[in-house]
Amino acid sequence: MSNIVIDKNRCKACYLCINECPRNLIKISDSTNNLGNRVVEFCDPEGVCLGCAMCATRCPDLAITEVYRG
Amino acid sequence: MMLTQVFKIPDSFRKDARYTFCPGCDHGVAVRLVGEVLDELGLRENAIAACSIGCSVTIYDFLNVDALEAPHGRALAEATGIKRARPDKFVFTYQGDGDFASIGLAESMHAALRGENLSAICINNTTYGMTGGQLGPTTILGQVTTTSPMGRNTEYYGYPIKIAEHIALCDGTAFSARVSLDTVANIRKAKQAIKKAFEVQMKGLGFGFVEILSTCPTNWRMSPQKAHERVQNEMMPVFKPGVYKDVLGE
Amino acid sequence: MATECLTDKKVLMKGNYAIANAAVLAGCQCYFGYPITPQSEIGEFMSGKMQELGRAYVSAESELAAINMTIGAASTGVKAMSSSSSCAVALMQEALSYAASDQLPVVLVSVMRGGPGLGNIYPSQGDYFQATKGGGNGDYKLIVLAPSTVQECVDLTYKAFYLAHKYKNPTVLLADGLLGQMMEPVTFKPYPYEEIDNSSWALTGAKARDGRIIRSYAPLADDQCVYLEQLFNKYRQIEENETEWEERDTADADVVLVSFGSTSRNVNTAAKILRQKGVKVGTLRPITLFPFPSKRLQELSKTVKKFVVVEVNMGQMVNDVRLAVNGRVPVELVHKPVGTPPAPDVIVKKVEELI
Repeated sequence: MSNIVIDKNRCKACYLCINECPRNLIKISDSTNNLGNRVVEFCDPEGVCLGCAMCATRCPDLAITEVYRG
Repeated sequence: MMLTQVFKIPDSFRKDARYTFCPGCDHGVAVRLVGEVLDELGLRENAIAACSIGCSVTIYDFLNVDALEAPHGRALAEATGIKRARPDKFVFTYQGDGDFASIGLAESMHAALRGENLSAICINNTTYGMTGGQLGPTTILGQVTTTSPMGRNTEYYGYPIKIAEHIALCDGTAFSARVSLDTVANIRKAKQAIKKAFEVQMKGLGFGFVEILSTCPTNWRMSPQKAHERVQNEMMPVFKPGVYKDVLGE
Repeated sequence: MATECLTDKKVLMKGNYAIANAAVLAGCQCYFGYPITPQSEIGEFMSGKMQELGRAYVSAESELAAINMTIGAASTGVKAMSSSSSCAVALMQEALSYAASDQLPVVLVSVMRGGPGLGNIYPSQGDYFQATKGGGNGDYKLIVLAPSTVQECVDLTYKAFYLAHKYKNPTVLLADGLLGQMMEPVTFKPYPYEEIDNSSWALTGAKARDGRIIRSYAPLADDQCVYLEQLFNKYRQIEENETEWEERDTADADVVLVSFGSTSRNVNTAAKILRQKGVKVGTLRPITLFPFPSKRLQELSKTVKKFVVVEVNMGQMVNDVRLAVNGRVPVELVHKPVGTPPAPDVIVKKVEELI
């Protein structure tokens, strides 16, 4: 199942990734990181992630550290 | 089902490197693309970077390559020295528009004119970012900055420079292109251009150059999303993306 | 003239060519320069010789570019140099501050002409301050060597490369228009110094290791404090090990004439005449301007009644002599603002007036 890995301590809450995801799987979460940023989270309960890596390509902070396609 | 990893932090990055750029800044994407191309061409262990002054200087904290910090504007002079001393090394610069095209215009242009086997990446975000958003050589007409409070007019400030076109005019240039990071599709194109600029050096064809249209959300006082809209609506009509010279003719 | 000489036989050669030839023999791999009188022969010689030997030569677009290219080349550990003169060395000051902070073995030949501003192309010693105090920002020192003959131009060019690499410090060969343009017999011996291993710091590509960063930027104030203390420990070491001067007839001297570079030639003649006239005169010629022979001057000030500093400027080195002597005995200045050094009889007359 395709998926992504987010290193939330790298996230600076620019939220650029949210608009990139063609399946709208990235959301602003309720948690904050050690920078005090309200970070994004990946929610894919139905397993519909395409593994397209558009989010990671867009992310300017290497916060989406890995993308797997399968 | 077999999973294939389609994205990772480039191997050419320092372990645990954390960007110190502002939220949403396109520098982060550009540096990553450089890292990915270094990976793909297998250049990390043979590369030497000449770093500039401005936000761009911090690349040595992220890219795990040998690096020399140059005074403001002199990155391509130092890169010339490195390459002439060690022609077998892969030598590149990563500079801002102020560094490349204002204070360092002579060094940049003459490196291209001499046809130095070097690759240069220039981030064009139409402002001096690190010092707080002053007018730079690429500030577009009408743009408000901290030193053009009523907007850039030609009477006081003259015109912005179109860097990729100027570099393309130099006979020693092998590749000159302008790319943008406003969309994922354009980010992928940008990476191809960086690769080309690196390959012409590896083939000894001369100067390889990529101008990258980027955002500075902090100094533009815009959200990262709005900043990309500005790149599309205001910058790209003035600084048209495209390949302005390619001796490989592809 | 553009031929490499390695001979024990004496050859007649212009100072600028001798410097360039010595640099080639010292193993200089990269030369970067921009023309300026009175040192243009160095670049002219190098343009042919370096290409002939397959070494690097660039006619830079400016002195800014030339010195930064030199920094680039030096960062890879090779011997690299630039050469220039007064108002153009002024353009290089920013880069020299960087090179000092980066701790890079940059060699710069500075052939002084008249100043300030465009000045003129006559010989001068008006850049003593420029070389020893620096025009760049921050706390730093350049090693400065001052030849007084064409032979010494050769010997000190060798030494400049050696010290630059030994201490990873930018080093200036401070000649003047007179030395650059005059012809004298010289001998070229092989480069006499050991080669310095630079494999621990040079930028050579991060093969099987992490990338090295050569930078002068320490974002945190505390880091910069530690760094500067280390840098100045190095300078103290240089002072300890490398201070060099030439001294004549000081044992019984009442008056010591202090001068550097080409001026010392006439000062030595003047000292002989004064001795013949019964004046107990000695001479001291700093060969290294940094490190400056302050300790020796201080010692001499216990026995000497007066120092007379002779220089071709408005009085620059005299300040360092005064600092060393620290008011113990008078330090007088005999100077000429610009041009060839004052003639021996002029020096004799001035010294007689002063004592």
